[in-house]
Amino acid sequence: MQMTGAQILVQSLKDEGVEIMFGYPGGVLLDFYDALFKSGIRHILTRHEQAAAHAADGYARSSGRVGVCMATSGPGATNLVTGVATAYMDSVPLVALTGQVPTHMIGGDAFQEADIIGITRPITKHSYLVTRTEDLARIVQEAFHIASTGRPGPVLVDLPKDVLAGKAKYNRPKSVNIRGYKPKVEGHSGQIKRVLTEIGKAKRAVIYAGGGIILSDASAELRKFAEHNQIPVTNTLLGLGGFPADHPLHLGMLGMHGTYRANMTIHESDLILAIGARFDDRVTGNVAKFAPNARVVHIDIDPSAISKNIVVHVPVVGDVKGVLAELNRLQKKEEPVWAEIRQKWLDQVRQWSEERPLAYDKDSAQIKPQYVIERLSELAPDDAIITTEVGQNQMWTAQFYQFKKPRTLLSSGGLGTMGYGFPAAMGAQFANPGRLVVDIAGDGSIQMNIQELATVAQHNLPVKVLILNNCFLGMVRQWQELFYDQKYSSTCLASNPDFVKIAEAYGVKGIKVENKKDVDSGLLEMIRHDGPVVLEVLVDREEGVYPMVPAGAASSDMIFGPKRKEEKKLKAVK
Amino acid sequence: MRHTISVTVENRSGVLSRVVGLFSGRGFNIDSLSVGETVDATISRITIVTTGDDRIIEQVTKQLRKLVDVIKVTDLTDVNFVDRELILIKINATEKNKAEILRINEIFRGKIVDVSPTSYTFEVTGDENKIEAFIKLVKPFGVKEIARTGKVAVSREM
Repeated sequence: MQMTGAQILVQSLKDEGVEIMFGYPGGVLLDFYDALFKSGIRHILTRHEQAAAHAADGYARSSGRVGVCMATSGPGATNLVTGVATAYMDSVPLVALTGQVPTHMIGGDAFQEADIIGITRPITKHSYLVTRTEDLARIVQEAFHIASTGRPGPVLVDLPKDVLAGKAKYNRPKSVNIRGYKPKVEGHSGQIKRVLTEIGKAKRAVIYAGGGIILSDASAELRKFAEHNQIPVTNTLLGLGGFPADHPLHLGMLGMHGTYRANMTIHESDLILAIGARFDDRVTGNVAKFAPNARVVHIDIDPSAISKNIVVHVPVVGDVKGVLAELNRLQKKEEPVWAEIRQKWLDQVRQWSEERPLAYDKDSAQIKPQYVIERLSELAPDDAIITTEVGQNQMWTAQFYQFKKPRTLLSSGGLGTMGYGFPAAMGAQFANPGRLVVDIAGDGSIQMNIQELATVAQHNLPVKVLILNNCFLGMVRQWQELFYDQKYSSTCLASNPDFVKIAEAYGVKGIKVENKKDVDSGLLEMIRHDGPVVLEVLVDREEGVYPMVPAGAASSDMIFGPKRKEEKKLKAVK
Repeated sequence: MRHTISVTVENRSGVLSRVVGLFSGRGFNIDSLSVGETVDATISRITIVTTGDDRIIEQVTKQLRKLVDVIKVTDLTDVNFVDRELILIKINATEKNKAEILRINEIFRGKIVDVSPTSYTFEVTGDENKIEAFIKLVKPFGVKEIARTGKVAVSREM
């Protein structure tokens, strides 16, 4: 039976199990939107294409499924770019569908034409320009396969108008076979054994677990591995939730705004087991001074992640879930002498915890943002999904919210995209209808996609937006305070709107909290409201995020905030 | 160190831009590059000469392998291989130096592909050293134009 390209696309999406997509229509997509109407696939109209990409991303990160977003040719497609780049940097399985001008007009600077394949080449895992209707079914199938296997990532499919209007048979191949794409999933058995040898020799081992743990659903395997070996675990930002925050072996996040104990443990370790992480510069600080005495084991599905920034002694290429399961299978009971040595190391780690726990001024009369996050962490259920924007709000969340389960923190780690959190929360809420979803935002970031209040209002989507309002672009202000003589150049948001009134104008409930004593009641009112809420909390305007490793410093060279600046740095006890 | 990397790719539009874009986007060098079809018309071979320390070359090959349209990446520097490039070179010729130019060309086993009253155009193939030596020798006569292919290479069977 002959079908139009638009019908083939709808059928292909259904065959991939797509139930919901996020998009924004336009001229060249009219055929598709016509075929989509009453097709059974739910289409969420965002109010900006960037939000469609982030919503699909939030859907994917919170559910483990492929997120789908769509935008029309030209400006629609270019508005997706930030969302696609965000997903690329954080390895999120995403299929981005873009309209394109008819094939015979491509290259002629037609109305709403942009070379989106060219524009997104460095920020996609792969991309396709479909030139024949009969190729469409195969290409969509390949796109989903590539997006979701190996190291996941966004795949863009560009759809010229005549390809969607043209006719062909629906010929979806039985299986995908791409000769240049065969990701290696199983770890090399010899290398896996070498990991065990390394662990056997190490006296001061640490596990550094990243987003790969979450992408690969390997939390249970990681926990078993860490507990069996009694090795402390630090997480990257994207790894938070991959190991329970309240576990005695957990060190919290490491890196630029990591905990003192995590950074000291890494710095003094003699073996780093990097699992599904990529030694990002925000993690390592000055690479030359990073963990000077450590041997490095690196388990990752992406061969190019290995020895990219840090020399790796024992690489294992493979899916971390399978590799950890194999390690767990091969492990024997520890000899008592090693248990003693490990205990000594754990005692040292505990000492670091006690020396410098995460701290803020709890006696302050002002509302400290950390306090708000601590209270939210206390009041929200363990399975609540938290998204963040980027900047101080993000780092305080990483420090003070207790993530106990995987896929409960969604944050733009690699690209650091302000405006990510709110639309990502929408996507997460659509994927998890019964759960509490909160976007922890700053007053700067929220204004980058605030138009999505219309989308949540339309669907009565119970997403909560918690705005920590300090009337500043706080993270940049903090750097200006520390390194640029407190010249607050272009970081003061002097004419912020009344966020409560904005919410109400969209038909969304707004709450404002100005006093410390009202924080709990405000949070509870937000959590209990059956519908979207904007909760604005006026926080201490000049609070900073500490500890902090200044750019270019060793990760053990932390500063602890203005009050503690003059204190001598504590030297590690060997 | 210089490496000659042979990359077989899907013979499709846009593939070369992915390969070249990877080099520019990640700050790798391209010293020379050539592309052509292989025996299998659906596969092209890209031969890239690049410079970098071991870590960079490792990244180059790994990043290339990550491209979905890339089928195989071989760093020929690790194996025994033959490489050649070709130049077309137009040299000023006068009555006085004609014989000398032709003699040099003969030594290098070049072909004369065009002649005019004031110039010769030669086609010379060889490895990089030979090509460089030829250019050096004819330069004093005055080189009007050079077109150079970049290297192609294959591994040796034995």
